[in-house]
Amino acid sequence: MKKKNERYEIRIAGFGGQGVVTIGRILGIAFSVHEGVNSVNTQSYGPESRGGACRSEVVVSSGVIHYPYVREADLFVALSQLALDQYGASLQPDGTLLVDADSVETFPEGFRGDLFMIPTMAIAGEVGNIKFQNSVALGALYWIIQDKISEESIKKALAESVPRATLEGNYAAFEQGKLFLQKNTANKE
Amino acid sequence: MDFMHKENLIQAGVHYLQGSQACAEGALTAGCSVYAGYPITPATEVMEHAAWRFPQVGARLIQMEDEIASASVLLGASLAGAKAVTATSSPGFSLMQEVISYAIMAEIPFVIVDVQRPGPGQGYITASQEDVMQARWGHHGEGSAIALAPSSVQEMFDFTIEAFNLAETWRTPVLLMTEETVAHMRERFTVPPRESLRILERKKPQDLGIAPQDYLPWGHDTVSPLAAWGEGYAFNCVGLVHLEDGNVTKYGTEMHHHCIKRIKDKIDGHVEDIARLETFFLDDCEHLVICYGSVFRTAIEAVREAREAAGLKIGLVRMVTLWPFAEKKLRQCIGKTGTVFVPEMNMGMMLHPITEALRDCCDRIIPIPELGKLHTPELILSTLYKELQ
Repeated sequence: MKKKNERYEIRIAGFGGQGVVTIGRILGIAFSVHEGVNSVNTQSYGPESRGGACRSEVVVSSGVIHYPYVREADLFVALSQLALDQYGASLQPDGTLLVDADSVETFPEGFRGDLFMIPTMAIAGEVGNIKFQNSVALGALYWIIQDKISEESIKKALAESVPRATLEGNYAAFEQGKLFLQKNTANKE
Repeated sequence: MDFMHKENLIQAGVHYLQGSQACAEGALTAGCSVYAGYPITPATEVMEHAAWRFPQVGARLIQMEDEIASASVLLGASLAGAKAVTATSSPGFSLMQEVISYAIMAEIPFVIVDVQRPGPGQGYITASQEDVMQARWGHHGEGSAIALAPSSVQEMFDFTIEAFNLAETWRTPVLLMTEETVAHMRERFTVPPRESLRILERKKPQDLGIAPQDYLPWGHDTVSPLAAWGEGYAFNCVGLVHLEDGNVTKYGTEMHHHCIKRIKDKIDGHVEDIARLETFFLDDCEHLVICYGSVFRTAIEAVREAREAAGLKIGLVRMVTLWPFAEKKLRQCIGKTGTVFVPEMNMGMMLHPITEALRDCCDRIIPIPELGKLHTPELILSTLYKELQ
């Protein structure tokens, strides 16, 4: 199966409550409203979205997006081992994997792409609230896809999507997530 | 309808919303001033958004005790001159059939949105196209239905407006048959400037210079103007077989035929005006995929891939309108073809009118069923390759 080059597929998965749906929505708004490219955001639906493994997807393209779901993820973000086990098969063998360092220990068989690990929960705790875990992940995710979207677009979308009182904390978490990847990664220029 | 707070209608420009939310915004933009509903998964988001937005604009929203009551509110609201809407999902749609039947007979326009879920029974809560036959045949008795099938967030907005236009034009309930896929998807969509939107208003007897004593609620032209309660045009609104003035006491076979034939003909005699198809790659095609709703999104991706990767000469027809069924248009655009594939999120429902329409136009028809979720491109592709290579 060959994908059209312009199509970029992101899948974010974790436990229900970790904010993976919110990450997807923020990315969608950032791409479509602020960056001006097409994106479709979908999320898991049904009992699994209330606890258990939960996923959110964003398909981005400069062209028209027909099939709305991920076919082969270019980027997979896993905030729990269960989520990676359940949904990891969709990741391209040479795709990019971003995982929570404290929760994920085993990786999809045959995976040979770029791996990024970040202790999202721990960093969120240092920022002041573990609820900011998804914004830490979003900062790291931004660092990976910075050639596709501007920081300004994501920050605008973040500001539109979280309660005003928590914006400062979310911004700080975003910044720490981004910096962690910047400091601790050698294989990305 | 002039809203008290028109300035709060959705602004022209680019938006990023769920299909359900775009649907509720489309209703308001069409001038819908009454929402009555009973929440049900996966249609709840329509009402949730409406509950927030309708009051902001000056429109009314009421949660009723069940689906029959919700749909019944639409009857009253519409007869009082308002555009009215509800959204439900399959089990609730079943309950609304009684009201739909009455509204077809009494010719009362409104819009019902069905975010279909799998059945029978409570079935499940995910995507489905299992109500497409219920949309046409669910109500008891004669009379035709109008049903649209959107496939994007943009169309959830556009088709909701179109549904109201059709309801007002033909004085009949119109059904927006959608699925969890599109209802919960978030996507970029554009609201055009207000002046470029086509929004049709109801014909009233006073607009046509018909005096109250001369008014025939079911007698002027193919579609009679509909008087609003409280504007001086008293009439007997009935679900019984009636004469043009609403009289039900002079029953006879002839008037029975006349009453029903008129209601049926106003839709079935105008299929060409109402029903729409979209066609792709028909110029060189030897085989065909026919689909509707969100399955169109998978189907076009699969057809493109089969053409590019395998050189298969496959065309695509998308039914924008499910009912009335566009048989003539379908036959005209196809001519003769080889194999016809029909992917649907059911075990093969629109397959039946398609088979009937293409009885002498194709070699064979192959259903591609899926239950509870949208077809993957791989599912459609594997069937195409298996049958054609």
